[in-house]
Amino acid sequence: MGAIFRREMGAFFTSGIAYVFLAGFALFSGLFFSMSVIGSGVSDMSPMFSSMFIIVVFLIPILTMRLLSEEKKNRTDQGLLTAPISLSSIVLGKYFAALALFVIAESIVFIYSIIIALCGQVIWSTLLGNYFAMLFLGAAFIAIGLFISSLTENQMASAVIGMFVLFVLYLMDSLAANIPVEFIKNAIISAAFYSKYLELTRGVFDLSTIVYFISIAVLFNFFTVRVLDKRRWA
Amino acid sequence: MIEVKNLCKCYGDKKAVNDISFSVGKGEILGFLGPNGAGKSTTMNILTGYISSTSGQVLINGVDILEDPIGAKANIGYLPEIPPLYVDMTVDAYLNFMYDLKKCKLTRKAHLKEICDICKISHVRERLIRNLSKGYKQRVGLAQALINNPPVLILDEPTVGLDPSQIIEIRTLIKKLGKNHTVILSSHILPEIQAVCDRIIIVNKGVIAADGTASEIADKLTNEHKMTVRIEGTKRTAEDKNEIVTALKAIDGIKYVRADMERENGIYDYDIESEEGIDVRRAINSLCRDKNWNILMLQLSDMTLEDIFMKITTGDMETIKTSNEKKASLDNFKISITGSMDVDDENAEEAEEASETAAEEGGDE
Repeated sequence: MGAIFRREMGAFFTSGIAYVFLAGFALFSGLFFSMSVIGSGVSDMSPMFSSMFIIVVFLIPILTMRLLSEEKKNRTDQGLLTAPISLSSIVLGKYFAALALFVIAESIVFIYSIIIALCGQVIWSTLLGNYFAMLFLGAAFIAIGLFISSLTENQMASAVIGMFVLFVLYLMDSLAANIPVEFIKNAIISAAFYSKYLELTRGVFDLSTIVYFISIAVLFNFFTVRVLDKRRWA
Repeated sequence: MIEVKNLCKCYGDKKAVNDISFSVGKGEILGFLGPNGAGKSTTMNILTGYISSTSGQVLINGVDILEDPIGAKANIGYLPEIPPLYVDMTVDAYLNFMYDLKKCKLTRKAHLKEICDICKISHVRERLIRNLSKGYKQRVGLAQALINNPPVLILDEPTVGLDPSQIIEIRTLIKKLGKNHTVILSSHILPEIQAVCDRIIIVNKGVIAADGTASEIADKLTNEHKMTVRIEGTKRTAEDKNEIVTALKAIDGIKYVRADMERENGIYDYDIESEEGIDVRRAINSLCRDKNWNILMLQLSDMTLEDIFMKITTGDMETIKTSNEKKASLDNFKISITGSMDVDDENAEEAEEASETAAEEGGDE
């Protein structure tokens, strides 16, 4: 797992994906920070975090698009799958590499907190709550992105499908609102990501939401392992 | 060391590998031979645990590849058909990655240096794999397979893309490795298999068609007595050809005569096949003396591995003829490359093969 983690981290930077991702994250978080935090003269960074949801929807597929699809296309998966390691350590190595880059990108908010500390009071509990909310959201989205990457050989297809799927997840609440059947509507709303995430960013700590995001991450990593395993039997 | 029992692999209705069983002992070099799509790569992929078999058992060093894949894979070094290289890494970074991936416990620096020396890639270690030539990529792929000194080496077409001198190097290397590793290698280059392997398995359409040393296989199959004779007639025109063929056919004990290509101006080669146990060379010679013809060349053709291969994979007499034609086109090609470079289209494919073999032969000398 360690070897794959290190290789993927290196590959993020040599392929330039890391720079695109970090720059995109810094640009939009900076934009939202100056608009909704500095601009409105508050020291609470929650508005920035809520706006970042939609950015993450488009950035995470870029991070995960080549993780498994490229291996299959270049047949380098033959090296991985014939090495004396388990499938889950291959998947988790890649997963944690992407997650680590996400954590690095997200940590830029600590620079913003210094800016706020210079002119006001940082509410650390809310900031950390927001930070972890975004982290768990990223953890779930990266697992979904990785799963999509395992299904295709084409990076671009992987990215586009990933964006589409995550965007649908983002829209789930508003889509569900139009469903007349109460039962289905409630079921969808209870699985929706955006409203759950918004509540976390407002500083409402809800253990069930955190457990939900982590479960999604575990589930999709498991699916990815199954996809790799199934391919051997096909 | 490697035991394969009743291996089957189906893709839908198609049986890619159908009931293959063999075993390879320690220190043996086994050549896997077969036409495209015969199931060579599929078998190798199953042996290495990349894909799983539909039924049957594979034991590597006594460990079942399906029951304990990690334990079995630790015993294998695998060079797939397309080396699994990350082109965005330097050779050194890649080998270090594979070292970590294989959980190698040997001293990192010394072990990698040794492997790079063996594969002669020490001078490209700092270069990006993307920028290496095909031959060097192949060597890096081989180096990767050697990491952690696995007792079993499985090499899928290891000399593809190498130049003749590199092919010799790799062959020597494989022979050297064969002393303390068990090696399975596949190739479609027949002289290569012959030069390197102790034992040959010919697979065709997913089943084992022959298993044994090259001479064992040849013994089982050959009872043909063939030769190629180049005879110069008196007129030195195409008219000679028919006359010579008729005369040759009249000789006792000759059962098949065929005029081949025009080799020199107005001079033809004749493929002659005689009955078993009859030596017709003297009869041909005296015929030529009587008719005042000149024998410019007489070559007995023993069954080569190529003939055996063609015979087994297509399974009839026609193949012997086609293999002769192939040899002829090979000669033609040699002539045309020394003369002008024109190879007509229909011969292009054969010529390609021929050039490969020619390169092989050139390298051997």
